[in-house]
Amino acid sequence: MVLRSRPIFSLLLLFLSSYGFSTAFASGSAIEGGEEDFSEELLLKPLPDRKVLAHFHFETRAPRTPSYGRHHHLFPKAIAQLVKKFHIQEMELSFTQGRWNYESWGGFEPIASSNAKPPGVELWAVFDVPPDDVDASWKNLTHSISGLFCASINFLESSTAYAAPKWSFRPDPGSLRYGTLPREAVCTENLTPWLKLLPCRDKAGISLLMDRPSIYRGFYHSQRLRLRSAKTSSDGTHSSIILEQTLTVVLHPDSQKMSTVNSREPTLQPSWSMSSLFGKKISGTCVLAKSSTVYLQLDWGVVRELKNLENGNQVLGVASIMEESFVSNPAFVLSDKPDKVIREVDSRSEESAILYEFSVRKHSDLGPFDLGFTWKTPVVWSCPQLPLRVSRFLMGSGNERGAIAISFRSARAREGLTHAKSMGESCKVDVNVFQVVPWYIKVYFHTMKVFVDGKPLAVSDIIEKIHVSPSEDKVSPGVLEMILKLPCTVDSAAFTLEFDKGFLHIDEYPPDANQGFDIPPAVITFPTFHVNMHFGEDNLSKKSAVLSRFQENIPVRSYTEVLLVPLTTPDFSMPYNVITITCTVFALYFGSLLNVLRRRVNEEERFLKSKGKRPSALSRLLSKLSAKLGGKRVVASQSSARSSSFISLKLILKIILVAGIAIAWQYFSE
Amino acid sequence: MVLLCYCWFSDLLLSKAFLACRIEGQPEHLLCSLLLVIADIVSALLIRSTGQSLHKSYVQHLEALDLFKFSEESGMLPSGDIAALVYLWNPFTIVACVGLSTSPIENLAILLALYGACKGLVPLAAFGWVLATHMSLYPAILIIPIILFLGYGPDAPPRKLFLQRSYRKCGTSSSSDQYRKTEDVTDPLELRINFSWRRVMQFLLWTFIWGIYFLLLCDISVKQYGGLSEMFKRTYGFILTVKDLSPNIGVLWYFFAEVFNFFRDFFLIVFHVNILFMILPLAIRLKHRPGFLAFVYLAISSMFKSYPSIGDSALYLGVVALFVNELADMNFSFFLFCGYVGVSLLSPVMHNLWIWRGTGNANFYFATAMAYACLQIVLVVESVSAMLNHDRKLRKITTAQLADGKS
Repeated sequence: MVLRSRPIFSLLLLFLSSYGFSTAFASGSAIEGGEEDFSEELLLKPLPDRKVLAHFHFETRAPRTPSYGRHHHLFPKAIAQLVKKFHIQEMELSFTQGRWNYESWGGFEPIASSNAKPPGVELWAVFDVPPDDVDASWKNLTHSISGLFCASINFLESSTAYAAPKWSFRPDPGSLRYGTLPREAVCTENLTPWLKLLPCRDKAGISLLMDRPSIYRGFYHSQRLRLRSAKTSSDGTHSSIILEQTLTVVLHPDSQKMSTVNSREPTLQPSWSMSSLFGKKISGTCVLAKSSTVYLQLDWGVVRELKNLENGNQVLGVASIMEESFVSNPAFVLSDKPDKVIREVDSRSEESAILYEFSVRKHSDLGPFDLGFTWKTPVVWSCPQLPLRVSRFLMGSGNERGAIAISFRSARAREGLTHAKSMGESCKVDVNVFQVVPWYIKVYFHTMKVFVDGKPLAVSDIIEKIHVSPSEDKVSPGVLEMILKLPCTVDSAAFTLEFDKGFLHIDEYPPDANQGFDIPPAVITFPTFHVNMHFGEDNLSKKSAVLSRFQENIPVRSYTEVLLVPLTTPDFSMPYNVITITCTVFALYFGSLLNVLRRRVNEEERFLKSKGKRPSALSRLLSKLSAKLGGKRVVASQSSARSSSFISLKLILKIILVAGIAIAWQYFSE
Repeated sequence: MVLLCYCWFSDLLLSKAFLACRIEGQPEHLLCSLLLVIADIVSALLIRSTGQSLHKSYVQHLEALDLFKFSEESGMLPSGDIAALVYLWNPFTIVACVGLSTSPIENLAILLALYGACKGLVPLAAFGWVLATHMSLYPAILIIPIILFLGYGPDAPPRKLFLQRSYRKCGTSSSSDQYRKTEDVTDPLELRINFSWRRVMQFLLWTFIWGIYFLLLCDISVKQYGGLSEMFKRTYGFILTVKDLSPNIGVLWYFFAEVFNFFRDFFLIVFHVNILFMILPLAIRLKHRPGFLAFVYLAISSMFKSYPSIGDSALYLGVVALFVNELADMNFSFFLFCGYVGVSLLSPVMHNLWIWRGTGNANFYFATAMAYACLQIVLVVESVSAMLNHDRKLRKITTAQLADGKS
């Protein structure tokens, strides 16, 4: 027995070892080429207006190597197929409901610049195909995505709905196509397919928090999908596709306690926890995730206020917010102890943002992880503002013409203008405007007027570069791209464009035509301002996807409001009436004019005379018949016979002619 | 200079001139309106001199038919002056000019063609016709009245009367004195009877020359924008396919905004063929009156035009006043006058209610457009009928005279 069992055992050992070796080898090779990985992160941030921002960030990375073939471990197959089929270099799709409040939720920060999106659907994609095929790829892509996300993105297929910005949307766009659907209603049927792309869906990990009622109850939610390529190795031979899925929600914590507070005192910010915000807790990590982390971010404004508080309380010897070991401080209490405190390194100012890092794996060991945040003292702060606050509005009344105005108001941002002011009078703020206007808003670009600080200025003084492609009826939208150079000392600037409203065919109106038509928001970019946060430890930010995104050098971007333009409507219930009445009038014209032309002098009299001369055929027949019956000879037989034969000859000729034409027709048509 | 002038015209066609005017500011704006005013005044002068020559030939022909008594009885009005005044004082003309519409320029081109044809200035007629066709396409059908003008001379009673008359004159003339007298008068009669192919051929040649010249200039100016084919597509194609559905005084915009897309092509053909259908019957029946035929064509095309404007009405209302003597017995003239006044008052009101105030409905405005179309139809039908009746009256009188002479 022993003898016999030994070889089997050794065989088993061999098998085991070889298996272990092969897996080790496989994993080794995968690391070399860049393995597929997935990470989930959640960033929470209290906002100055008593709301809380939750920013979910899921990132899936797959190497772009042919060796994988069609198989992927984590990367969603649907997206991989899209990328492969349409040669997508880069793509971004966002579904948004609500409007990002740039003034109270911040504009000059990474989340606002990259995740604040216009209402409805926004899609842009860069294709890696020859220029002639870009439109075809775009059309196919819109249809595929439309099916994938249960949205009417296929409306972006028509050439009137998308544009190809040259330089204002992105500095080097390549073959970029950009389209928005401001009217698209975003709801849970769009979120579900989006969640399906995650390896754990919403069954485990951070995505467990995505309770639909609490998300859609929020003030703003923007669900975004971004595809990009990244070079993994330095020589550029290995590239990988990165699928970035983010959901940005602005929620209002329930605050029953607030009613008891005396209204005269500065009110306490509402305290919140994950369970109060989402109605759920994180009860475990997604095992497929490389990392799952929750961050709590405090803006520099909060930090400054807290420091002031700290300075007042220093005598009491309370732990500083900067210390990792603290649990409570004079301003707020955290329910869990953070694993790490990350501080933004900013050379330009004293105060900088603080991030508390919580590893979900560690915190959900004992029980469900529920991060709570309780304010102890009222704190008032403000968010970093955009260099210029941008808003867009309509002017004029009536349904024939109007004007679009885009106005800029200086906000005196923390960095930027104050910083730039030191450079002297000659400094300029670059503002990049990209505006798509549907063809039925017929913009007269020559009517552009520019006002700086209320005074009209020549257009050429302000505009550094402009590119206009006028709209063509039912073919292409109007596109305006321009770079404005505004002086740094400007308080307000505005430019206006006049337009005429078009008239559409009844089929082109949406079902609720009287609501009006939406003009997509203008994209305003400040190319000279960049949002990026620097964190001291370099290796740390490499680990985290959110932090590495924060460190990227993105120009500040904001979207203006969607404009609702009421257009004149025809009567939708009247097509039959209009057709019949018009045709009747024209028939009347034709008939009466022809009648007038045909009528001759004394025609009726002549007709009557001729009638009187020759008896009618019936009477002749009758007289003939009576004559025959009476046995008499027909009196006027000869004359009548001649005339009748003549008539019959004519008739026969006519019939032959018609028949000949018919035969010829038949012959030639065959 | 001609090239410059032409470039300006082609710009007009592409309606760039207004943009240019609006960009540059006040003085350019004034220059533009001044140009339109000059165009209107020149048009009125052309109408006046056309009317005078028509009047002269009319009187001459009546004398030839020994109907001078008849003309004295009815009290001949100076139709040229009346027509020029009607054109200038017509509120439609004034509104079209104040509104900076291009129609004064188009009207000027059409009137140039008619004037040239009436006076026998073949190159001018060809130039006007080519220019008008180039600018708004519809005046192309005026080639028939122009050819008749050049072939038969200005408007006259039917040819048959002259034939009868000359036949009788030849048959009954005995004394040489009388014969000489008739010979003097029969000079226009001879012209009447013989169709002068020579002038028509000249006209066609000149048309060809001007056409080639215009196309060449167009080609030079639009070369960088896709050439002539693109120009035809964007100008004539735009006119023929009724792409723009913004409200105007006509009925086609609402019709094509409401009609089902499936039938769109069919109705496009029907409405355009409606203009062409009536050309031949009218030409056959009114071949002796090319001026009046031109008016009928203008009225019909302004009715069926893709984008009609009141400037077109201003033109045909001015031209119809040339025939005040012939159309004195027209029916419904008071009704038509009231109708025109009513429509021109109600139409802006309805437009304002619908577009600006939002209290009205598209149907209100469309109803006025429909009424306007009906008025034009009544005007055309009644004027044609009145003209034919006038001819009948002349014939009756001449036959009676002949019968008297025989007996």
